[in-house]
Amino acid sequence: MRLVNSLNRVGPLTLFYLLIIVILVCQIIGSVGAVELTFELPDNAKQCFHEEITEGTLSTVEFQVVTGGNYDVDMSLEAPNRQILYKGIKKQFDSFTWTAAQSGIYTVCFSNEFSTFSHKLVYMDFQVGDEKPLPGVGEQLSAMTKMESSSVQVHENLNTIIDYQTHHRLREAQGRKFAEDLNSKVLYWSVGETLAILVIGIGQIIILKNFFTDKKTVSKS
Amino acid sequence: MKSNILPSLYTTIFLVSMSCLLYIVDGLYFHITETERKCFIEEIPDETMVVGNYKCQFYDPKTGGFMPSSPGIGMHVEVRDPDDKVMLSKVYSTEGHFTFTSHIPGEHVICLYSNTTKWFSGSQLRVHLDIQVGEHAVDYGNVAQKEKLTELQLRVRQLLDQAEQITKEQNYQRYREERFRGTSESTNQRVLWWSITQTFILLVMGFWQMKHLKSFFEAKKLV
Repeated sequence: MRLVNSLNRVGPLTLFYLLIIVILVCQIIGSVGAVELTFELPDNAKQCFHEEITEGTLSTVEFQVVTGGNYDVDMSLEAPNRQILYKGIKKQFDSFTWTAAQSGIYTVCFSNEFSTFSHKLVYMDFQVGDEKPLPGVGEQLSAMTKMESSSVQVHENLNTIIDYQTHHRLREAQGRKFAEDLNSKVLYWSVGETLAILVIGIGQIIILKNFFTDKKTVSKS
Repeated sequence: MKSNILPSLYTTIFLVSMSCLLYIVDGLYFHITETERKCFIEEIPDETMVVGNYKCQFYDPKTGGFMPSSPGIGMHVEVRDPDDKVMLSKVYSTEGHFTFTSHIPGEHVICLYSNTTKWFSGSQLRVHLDIQVGEHAVDYGNVAQKEKLTELQLRVRQLLDQAEQITKEQNYQRYREERFRGTSESTNQRVLWWSITQTFILLVMGFWQMKHLKSFFEAKKLV
């Protein structure tokens, strides 16, 4: 009530300016952020992620399948007006960048519904807007000094390096998990086949002996 | 009369617009059922800090939407290290913030599930989640305030943190490659031993079968 009264006393123009400032602040809050998630997608399952994006924001969705089956997954990107912006069928990795044409909730869905028994491990990177600037930095209105512009360049280069490292890690994880899988398969198969040879060898002898033992009793009687 | 209405009108418009903007927070979200357990895997080097923020909303069947704040339910956050040992297992309220630092390099699993008492799927939950790893997890506003850094010093600090993260990741990459090589060599060894052993077993089986049958037929006076 007190708030309303105090707001009443403030002029409409001030209210308008306040609203503009709040809108701009919320634009910033709703316009930045990057989330990297690695999750498991069971067979015949679908997983969707939603994000509120404001109009005009450049966003990127990137995904890569780390383990599972044929290393493929279906992915779709839906805009707030139900328009399908991107649809990839059985892709191993891909990246899609778009500028939001309208504000609203954008949905990214990963589907493993075509697979009957292989669950997939999927890496996803959902980036909305530009990177959040350092607090207290960038508020100056004057041009940046040489030091500042070179530090910005170094920062961007380091970001690229970290991105490359992530992709390298994912590719290496793919190979490594396959090798570990192969290693355990070889162990199980060798033990299994040894047992099978022993069982078959002894079984053959026993069955053969049975044939001759029966004949003997038949011939006796 | 007019002078009384107009200010309240502007105030109403302002407040309504403000309340509409309140929903543009908490980035990415997804839906899970009450009893479902959702896990995320983070493959990180050692001594890396991971910060997670989440917010949980209950589905309100009356309005067909999600309640802005749901009392009573809590989210159980469980973090396991690569050796499957529990690092962090706490129940937080509907809105929470968790942090952990890895001691062993490898795959850490972060699991979220609600502390519901139901046994099978109840209502839907909307979970907003934000996980930041390593350099992204550092709160530079805090750092600047505590250590009283200028703008340029803060930028350089960020660059140093990034370079440190890159070094740790490269180190971890070396460790992973070593493991990969070890696995491949182990597979090679296993295949070699298996083929030798299998040949040996086949030969032994063959000899034993023939010897056994020969003695059997000699006993039966058929040979």
